[in-house]
Amino acid sequence: MSLLEVKNLKVRVEDNEILHGLTLTVNPGEVHAIMGPNGSGKSTLSHVIAGKPGYEVTDGEILFKGEDLLEMSPDERAAKGVFLAFQYPVEIPGVATMTFLRTALNAQRKARGESEYSTPDFLKKVREVAKSLNIPQDMLRRGVNVGFSGGEKKRNEILQMALFEPAVCILDEMDSGLDIDALRVAADGVNALRSPDRAMVVITHYQRLLNYIVPDFVHVMSKGRVVKSGGKDLALELEASGYAQFEDAA
Amino acid sequence: MPAVQETVERVKRIDVDQYRYGFETLIESDKAPKGLSEDTVRFISAKKNEPAWMLEWRLEAYRRWLTMTEPTWARVNYPRIDYQDLYYYSAPKPKKQIGSLDEIDPEILKTYEKLGIPLREVEVLEGVVRPEGERKIAVDAVFDSVSVATTFQKELKAAGVIFMPISEAIREHPELVKKYLGTVVPTSDNYFATLNSAVFSDGSFVYVPPGVRCPMELSTYFRINERNTGQFERTLIIADKGSYVSYLEGCTAPQRDENQLHAAVVELVTLDDAEIKYSTVQNWYPGNSEGVGGIYNFVTKRGDCRGNNSKISWTQVETGSAITWKYPSCILRGDNSRGEFYSIAISNGHQQVDSGTKMIHLGKNTTSRIIAKGIAAGVSQNTYRGLVTAHRKATGARNFTACDSLLIGDKCGAHTVPYVEAKNSSALFEHEATTSKISEDVLFYCVQRGLSQEEAVGLVVNGFVKDVLQQLPMEFAVEAQKLISISLEGSVG
Ligand SMILES: Nc1ncnc2c1ncn2[C@@H]1O[C@H](COP(=O)(O)OP(=O)(O)OP(=O)(O)O)[C@@H](O)[C@H]1O
Ligand SMILES: [Mg+2]
Repeated sequence: MSLLEVKNLKVRVEDNEILHGLTLTVNPGEVHAIMGPNGSGKSTLSHVIAGKPGYEVTDGEILFKGEDLLEMSPDERAAKGVFLAFQYPVEIPGVATMTFLRTALNAQRKARGESEYSTPDFLKKVREVAKSLNIPQDMLRRGVNVGFSGGEKKRNEILQMALFEPAVCILDEMDSGLDIDALRVAADGVNALRSPDRAMVVITHYQRLLNYIVPDFVHVMSKGRVVKSGGKDLALELEASGYAQFEDAA
Repeated sequence: MPAVQETVERVKRIDVDQYRYGFETLIESDKAPKGLSEDTVRFISAKKNEPAWMLEWRLEAYRRWLTMTEPTWARVNYPRIDYQDLYYYSAPKPKKQIGSLDEIDPEILKTYEKLGIPLREVEVLEGVVRPEGERKIAVDAVFDSVSVATTFQKELKAAGVIFMPISEAIREHPELVKKYLGTVVPTSDNYFATLNSAVFSDGSFVYVPPGVRCPMELSTYFRINERNTGQFERTLIIADKGSYVSYLEGCTAPQRDENQLHAAVVELVTLDDAEIKYSTVQNWYPGNSEGVGGIYNFVTKRGDCRGNNSKISWTQVETGSAITWKYPSCILRGDNSRGEFYSIAISNGHQQVDSGTKMIHLGKNTTSRIIAKGIAAGVSQNTYRGLVTAHRKATGARNFTACDSLLIGDKCGAHTVPYVEAKNSSALFEHEATTSKISEDVLFYCVQRGLSQEEAVGLVVNGFVKDVLQQLPMEFAVEAQKLISISLEGSVG
């Protein structure tokens, strides 16, 4: 069974249709890259999969392990293993990152009927993951993303992904704002999470990221549709010729 | 559906009737007849076996009250209160004079349990001895209008600290009560304070002698339990030279149909180099989903930094009551004295909150600090009203004020009304204010990570109020944090 199936998805925001019948199938173990010009609907797709309010699905469906994802609340989706690394992670003043991680992880575990982590187990796990991502301990004591640099915010997203061990990871422009070294660390973090029963959907504008996280499939989105799909070489092609050729197709 | 729309829908469904602490304890009570007259005042005074001077004091206040009119300047609306339609005194009937905890009505103990009064109090009530070195808390439990248990008396006595119901202090320490009662909040102060002076039923009295650091935090739980009973609590705390005391006040009340009037008076006095830290968590019944019922909380709390280098710090977490009218204040009389006010005021459903503080700088080089966090949800109205003044002689007065309001949904209101008066040109007053709406992007970020909508609101709000929560004693802060989340349940869809 596919992990994630988006079928003929049509989405409106206020009175504008943004996605016009988008189809995407993601199987366990696969890494999909989604590329496409600004405003083509990449973030919209990721938001609808994660259940952000404010979007109206007018047609189509999204199945997660065969279940109707659109029927589930966003927190249910998270507990089932849908993770979205945000293009613009928000700041939560006054809430220590460590507290946030723990509250979120335990909420997910509780929703799945699992026991909560004990404090020592939790701390051990966080420290391990943080170390592998070069995240200093004092960052975890600060408010969630408060005063974090762009790169730190992105690393904090990968940290959460590693901690929650989701089934589907959607990464929305995780490379934006990262310097070369940070990009490599973050990409290594993502690669470490690749596994036969986990899938990744990597949204990016740059082929460079795909040198680190090598995709199985590349999809080109334009004006709310997938206009072309191919292997990793498609990204190289795009790098050379740009999106112009697809604009007409859309 | 956009979240704002959902919020509106949800708010319509809020059922404040599910108020967690809405239950009654079935115990016989001993009531004064309904209504207010000189006879009522005499009845209360007699019930308390008060000396003649106390009765006189009350009667004078009562006569004064008859000449006064109810204030209307606060941003709160409520139907006219019929003062003749209330009971002014009710007490649980003790089997006999209470000498030990075993004699407390088990019904009362059960009520405390249901309230989820933290283990430490249950321990105290059950007489469990804590290991040496752990911080202790003494509880003076007020059930309705009478203090039913006072604990830790021995240890406090050894330190010379007096902590007892004020009714007892009037009989046992008349010289102290006479010297300080009504000196911070005079009987003529305001309508509700004057009413309180006439009919106050009970409350706490604390005296910390010179140079003594009170060996434990002093704590009182108040409950209003009788239908139609106004609760008029009176508290007087005196920290003598060089002493220190931390006092915790917390309350919850059972569900009611009729509105209940509560007009407490709290007076604090610090002499030279003394400090009082007064913390409150207030969670009275806020009324039902239509805005019916709930406590009217008209409180006068004031501290007098009478001595040089003395300090008074108010910290409050206000989540309950239908109407809150409350301005814990500091009179900075002594040179170099310091006043602090840290406040979290949450309003949901139909609640109306008009709260803030007054910092009155009279002495030289006096400083004050105000951190007020208002959170409004539902169709509630939340007003911060503050006054900072510097007297002509108050050279070097300093104040810093920060008022932040957070709105949840778009049917509620937050208002900031700061008054500043500096009659001394050297005064330096700083004021910052912000108003923001709870961000839907932030909430979505949290739910994407597995938190429910309500947990997300609780988390974000607790972050917003963190600066103030940190001012509370540790155990109290943990409770307050839970209470904040509970009180915002159902505020966002
Ligand atoms: N709330 C909204 N109201 C109106 N239009 C919106 C809203 N959200 C998104 N859109 C529009 O939908 C389109 C797709 O936006 P989206 O953010 O999904 O693009 P994107 O492919 O992620 O772009 P980028 O590469 O710049 O991140 C844009 O034209 C955008 O303006
Ligand atoms: Mg985008």
